[in-house]
Amino acid sequence: MTIDKATVQRIAMLARIDVSEADQDAMAKELSGIMNWIEQLKEVNTDAVAPMTGGTDMKLAWRADAVADGAQPDKVLANAPDRHEAFFAVPKVVE
Amino acid sequence: MTYLLKGDTGEWEVVIGLEVHAQVISESKLFSAASTSFGSEPNDNVAFLDAGMPGMLPVVNQTCVAQAVRTGLGLKAKINHRSVFARKNYFYADLPLGYQISQYDAPIVGEGTLVLDMPDGSSRSVGIERLHLEQDAGKSIHDIHPTKSFIDFNRAGVALMEIVSKPDLRSPEEAGAYLRKLQSILRYLGTCDANMEEGNMRCDANVSVRPKGSTELRTRCEIKNVNSVRLVMQAIEHEARRHIAVYEAGGTIKQETRLYDPNRGETRSMRSKEFAHDYRYFPDPDLLPLEFDDAFVAAIQKTLPELPDDKKDRFIKSYGLTAYDAGVLVAEKDTAAYFEEVAKGRDPKAASNWVISNLFGLLNKLNVDIAKSPISAHQLGQLLDLIKDNTISGRIAKDVFEIMAETGKDPAAIVQERGLKQVTDTGAIEQAVDQVLAANADKVAQFRAGKEQVLGWFVGQVMKATQGKANPAMCQALLRKKLAP
Repeated sequence: MTIDKATVQRIAMLARIDVSEADQDAMAKELSGIMNWIEQLKEVNTDAVAPMTGGTDMKLAWRADAVADGAQPDKVLANAPDRHEAFFAVPKVVE
Repeated sequence: MTYLLKGDTGEWEVVIGLEVHAQVISESKLFSAASTSFGSEPNDNVAFLDAGMPGMLPVVNQTCVAQAVRTGLGLKAKINHRSVFARKNYFYADLPLGYQISQYDAPIVGEGTLVLDMPDGSSRSVGIERLHLEQDAGKSIHDIHPTKSFIDFNRAGVALMEIVSKPDLRSPEEAGAYLRKLQSILRYLGTCDANMEEGNMRCDANVSVRPKGSTELRTRCEIKNVNSVRLVMQAIEHEARRHIAVYEAGGTIKQETRLYDPNRGETRSMRSKEFAHDYRYFPDPDLLPLEFDDAFVAAIQKTLPELPDDKKDRFIKSYGLTAYDAGVLVAEKDTAAYFEEVAKGRDPKAASNWVISNLFGLLNKLNVDIAKSPISAHQLGQLLDLIKDNTISGRIAKDVFEIMAETGKDPAAIVQERGLKQVTDTGAIEQAVDQVLAANADKVAQFRAGKEQVLGWFVGQVMKATQGKANPAMCQALLRKKLAP
């Protein structure tokens, strides 16, 4: 599978990464290489193998339903580039 | 009964599927221990995880899992003992992580069914495709500042159940019935408050049309976040008419997300969502698969209440109510309980009529729900007893009911205080009957000439003369006796 330049532009846009025109060809080549490697992996028959979900023999941890966090608006907002009272402020996003 | 829209080229059928987002009732969020309480100060119920801070890991809330299973059981759905959380990637200011933790190809609940109760008393089953758990987004406020939006993450990370129907709905009425039934089931189960106006239940509608008789599924459009049952119904009809107009003009429908504008009665494209369907889902590496055993499900099953469909069947069978009346009474758990208290040891049909006609009328007028009814079930039962033992007539009972609503007093006390006791003393009624007959000789002659209907008029006159306190049955008997030639 080859990743072309148009696909690179689309992926970059979806990920909000600014990839300069000059870098796009190299990026396409690199991503194509990764995809080719994955194609090779797909050649292995894994019909009888369950998908791997982690490297350890662990179960998902559950927690009890209790409030034990929050009430820290100043900490939450500490790195905000812009704020208004206890709100984050961002450029207007409205339909 | 089929709902068809008429176009220039023929009749069209509407195909509707609904996606409902139901906020789970829990104390804390799906993956963080911040509070879910509504109305707190901005960004007060926010853990670092909810704000997308690096280095934080999600830990699933067991109550949210149990609530999803409980809802699945209520929808008679397949419970999946193993499901997978996946990241749904998109950028929006109210989504600090840049992805929503959701479930994609392995949801916690699979196929189920929901029975629609239609206004004509009929019912029909529609399919549930799936139910999955996911995080809610934050809230944006656009109307405080001219060039900025303000973001509050209190809601970010609260658990939602996304409940997806199969494209089985065929009219706006069915879509409305589906939403109302889902609200009813969620409230019975106690898994969601299901109030669309308050936003703890939200609905997206997928709409397409096809020529009558066709079985194809054409391109659908998704109408987002319409915030009442009535508006969902309206939006569906407008969108269906738009599709018909496009097809009949030779055009094609593009799959897209649209917003409904109730003021203009039209839907319009949401441009910001143009790329939104490319979510690049993948299993969340921070979370192992969600697994539980039969015992977990069985323990939840044991705590399920009697659900609306079962209650409705029981009301029809054991109280002899019509399907329609039973459906109305079971829609809300509190209403059903109220009715059962009134009906206990009394005539169920009379109890049902008083609750549906008089009590609902009163509650509507006062704009309160049954939990705040000024007349308790116990008091309404007492009123029915007074009618039954002939202390008051049905007509006076309506007046007593009004006074009960205003004063909150017991009906017996009101009847006593205001002297409303029905007159069953033959002498007193006879006197009134004699006066009425003497004053209306012409009508007496009409009756004797065979005009039976006049009897009703006479009963009315006697009731009037006794301020409604005469026993109607006794009145009638006395009148018949005296009018006999």
